Amino acid sequence: MSNTTSTTSEIGEFEQEDVSPETHKRGRIVQAVFWVVLLGFLAVAPFFLYPVFVMQLLCFALFAAAFNLLIGFTGLLSFGHAAFFGGAAYVAGHVLKVWGFPPILGIIAGTLAAAAMGWVVGSLAIRRQGIYFAMITLALAQIVYFFALQMPFTGGEDGLQGIPRGNLLGIFNLSDPITMYYFVAAVFIVGFLAIYRIVHSPFGQVLQAIRENEPRALSLGYNVDRFKLLAFVLSAGLAGLAGSTKALVFQFASLTDAHWQMSGEVILMTLLGGMGTIFGPVVGAFIVVTLQHFLSGIGSWVQVVIGGTFIACVLLFRRGIVGEIARLLRISSL
Amino acid sequence: MSDDIILEAKNLTKSFGGFVAVNDVNLRIKRGAIHAIIGPNGAGKTTMFNLLTKFITPTSGKILFNDRDITNRKPAEIANMGIVRSFQISAVFPHLTALENVRLALQRSLGVSYQFWRSKSVLHDLDAKAVAALDQVGLKEFAHLKAVELPYGRKRALEIATTLGLEPELMLLDEPTQGMGTEDVGAVTELIGRVREGRTIVMVEHNLGVVAELADTITVLARGEVLAEGPYSEVSKNPAVMEAYMGVSADEQEEVA
Repeated sequence: MSNTTSTTSEIGEFEQEDVSPETHKRGRIVQAVFWVVLLGFLAVAPFFLYPVFVMQLLCFALFAAAFNLLIGFTGLLSFGHAAFFGGAAYVAGHVLKVWGFPPILGIIAGTLAAAAMGWVVGSLAIRRQGIYFAMITLALAQIVYFFALQMPFTGGEDGLQGIPRGNLLGIFNLSDPITMYYFVAAVFIVGFLAIYRIVHSPFGQVLQAIRENEPRALSLGYNVDRFKLLAFVLSAGLAGLAGSTKALVFQFASLTDAHWQMSGEVILMTLLGGMGTIFGPVVGAFIVVTLQHFLSGIGSWVQVVIGGTFIACVLLFRRGIVGEIARLLRISSL
Repeated sequence: MSDDIILEAKNLTKSFGGFVAVNDVNLRIKRGAIHAIIGPNGAGKTTMFNLLTKFITPTSGKILFNDRDITNRKPAEIANMGIVRSFQISAVFPHLTALENVRLALQRSLGVSYQFWRSKSVLHDLDAKAVAALDQVGLKEFAHLKAVELPYGRKRALEIATTLGLEPELMLLDEPTQGMGTEDVGAVTELIGRVREGRTIVMVEHNLGVVAELADTITVLARGEVLAEGPYSEVSKNPAVMEAYMGVSADEQEEVA
């Protein structure tokens, strides 16, 4: 029989890890460094890099960060996020080109359309878990792809071409690459800050609880399905923000954006950079897009290089680049 | 029905395909009591527990909580009514700190859980209360440690602190001392004894020492049915219980003792 006189302070024995305010402070400093590097890069990038390339980086970084909201902070693997990215590109392109909406309204329309699609897909997918969840999102995304291919307004295989960039607030002419660049950088910052806030909100705290232990979250009285659905809608909407912006940058919405391969690429970017970290998806997207850009000369071999990078990442540093940096510096979140 | 019954199961039956795991069980839990459910492996304890916490739905029968029929309620709903369960496997949020673990229980009362646009600094208002709950189970100094870094016994203590954070009227503990060393068993037993004030506790437990120490009433299940019920002193002398639970007859039990 047990010795019931011992006190709770004697439960177990272990070495206490360093959780001093010092660690906390170090975490803040490293995070501040990341912010400074990111914002500094955003400020000067168009002066030494091709602006359209940097804008492409930013669109994919935002897409990956939106995706990470689900896989990294809620624990849901969506294999259909291209539908929101590409779908939003078509919707934004259509309202900009055919209805003549100003650029901001076009982007908002694409974002809202993606959020609405997210609500439909999410409502169906959250009824199942794990691989079944992923398969439902993939199946529904394929339906969206099919629509993009068949509907008259999408331009089918040719895509939706000649989307006008227009004038921002009637003042700034977005056909100027530098003006367009700073507009895109602003959209990226707004989207990225929104994700940062969602992660660090009371809502985000519950999402992390669901990721960590779903039955326990349920037993604490949280309606887990409603939290998952809202997370899905937010993630889809933000992916749509990235997709609409990309359509405006390239003045073009194409089937590639809605293809399942795009859903795979965003998973790769997120894992490479570090899922469940704030900056990881940005780093991952930068690496993948840069590889694709500079290795485009070697044709489809670029897929081999990216595949190899991915395998190396999974085998050598499972937490992703930013995840490993956080571990090495022993800080809890980055 | 008398007023002091907090939870009642009426003719509860659960079958999985052809197998009847819980068969026509009646259970009355008195308010303020610690009520233990024991029985040999496969007796239907865990099924019974999952039925009471609504993680599974009974094939037939009723469950009443404070005279309200909760048979068809969902787990999250009954949690909001004041019934909170623990889990057999230590149920913490591993990569959140001990403080965040407890705060998640407190957070619901603020009504901000869907507010994705607010900073989580609003949650700092709950920190003092969360630390107090941690203090109650001897974890105050580990508030900023991630739960995964706590040893098993302390994880259980953290889980109990989290459950207490909800201020449940009724706590259901699923084998609270399972997989623990003697030291930890003693500490958790003492902890449960300390937090029972003002609430009712139902526990499924293997460790008869813990049951003897804590439980006011014991229900013995065997093959999905109630074999005996009463205080430990009574139940432990029941020959049918000895037969089923210890796998020995009363005479042999004497010999062993």
